[in-house]
Amino acid sequence: MGWLFDPAHWSGETGIPVRLAEHVGFTFGTLLIAAAIAVPLGAFVGHTGRGGFLVVGLSNALRALPTTAVLILVVLWAGLGDFPVYVALVLLAIPPIMAGTYAGIRAVDPVTVDAARGVGMRETGVLLRVEVPNALPLIYGGFRGAALQVVATATIAAYTGAGGLGRFVFDGLALQEFGQMLAGAVLVALLAVLVDLAFAGLQRLTVSPGLRPVGTGGKK
Amino acid sequence: MNWIFENWEKFWEVTEVHVRLALLPVVIGFVLSIPLGWWASRSGTARAVLFPLANILFTIPSIALIVITPVLLGVQILDEINVIVPLVVYTVALMVRSVADALAAVPGNVVAAANAMGYRPFRRFLTVEFPLALPVTVAGLRVATVSNISMVSVGALVGLGGYGQLFTEGYQNDHTEKVVAGLIGTVVLAVLADGLLLLGGRLLTPWARVGR
Repeated sequence: MGWLFDPAHWSGETGIPVRLAEHVGFTFGTLLIAAAIAVPLGAFVGHTGRGGFLVVGLSNALRALPTTAVLILVVLWAGLGDFPVYVALVLLAIPPIMAGTYAGIRAVDPVTVDAARGVGMRETGVLLRVEVPNALPLIYGGFRGAALQVVATATIAAYTGAGGLGRFVFDGLALQEFGQMLAGAVLVALLAVLVDLAFAGLQRLTVSPGLRPVGTGGKK
Repeated sequence: MNWIFENWEKFWEVTEVHVRLALLPVVIGFVLSIPLGWWASRSGTARAVLFPLANILFTIPSIALIVITPVLLGVQILDEINVIVPLVVYTVALMVRSVADALAAVPGNVVAAANAMGYRPFRRFLTVEFPLALPVTVAGLRVATVSNISMVSVGALVGLGGYGQLFTEGYQNDHTEKVVAGLIGTVVLAVLADGLLLLGGRLLTPWARVGR
């Protein structure tokens, strides 16, 4: 653990703060891009009920795809850099977000939806003001799953020379410096826990209290 | 695709390693999660300890766990145990909840009926509660198996075998076909294993399809 607490490793262009920032950057960039694709798709399919098997089938198929292979393939085709990292991570993040959004919207009580139509809401209103808020717990569930996987997998970016905390793991491996590898691993694990906690907090703040599961103390 | 047929022996060799590294942890993890899940379905204390612990363990990235395991166990980084142990941990973390939820969902009157018929707890668990819990358990097992098959590749990044070896070798030699071969292998293996589990689950629970 000495490596982690050595002040020399906490500054400079290849120091822990820079790598941490890169890792966080990959994570949030990926989640934003994936959300822009997966949330509208999941919401549309969930709302109209059309193409549900496609969403479920597509998410399952994407889940079996090994991210390492995707990353390497894009690097071989398009060259080194951040682009392959984003392609690989976005493909990883889409299935849980899309599945969560779809399942969340499907699970909204049809009586509630009918009532919204009954009081004269238009379809977009039904979707945005009734279905999405009611589906938030499951949508967050999808995001949390995606965020954990992305934080974990962004580590692999360093295998092809991109930045992020994975650099400590792979540089350490190349130099046979176990302390550096371990430090990288511990930092990634800590970041994953922190990101999960952040999402839990956000969920608590934005989900209507009326939707909290009764008697289970929250997380299910 | 051609690469696979031209290098069948090599492909078969990494397939064997991949299957071993992915499925051994599923079996071990499943066996471990049965008593733990049973305990969690009985006791609130067990739940309060096991579920948050499982969540935290599941949060730890696989590459991190693969790197930390040799330090904790005092073995070389290239030992297969460094992939097997983390995958067992993930399997248990995932399955404990499935098994506990499945057992908790077994109707109380069924258990009471088995008691009334004179079943002893252990036999009742084996012949009544566990079979009824199978559908949910198998669903958890399918998720664990597919994600394990995918995660084995991560081990190759630190030098361990399996399809991931084709990824790293293909990357180093700029050999796209080799990477594609490993990718196809992984996906086919995942689909096959998932299908077999689905089929096995259906065969073991014929009653689940009655009345649908």
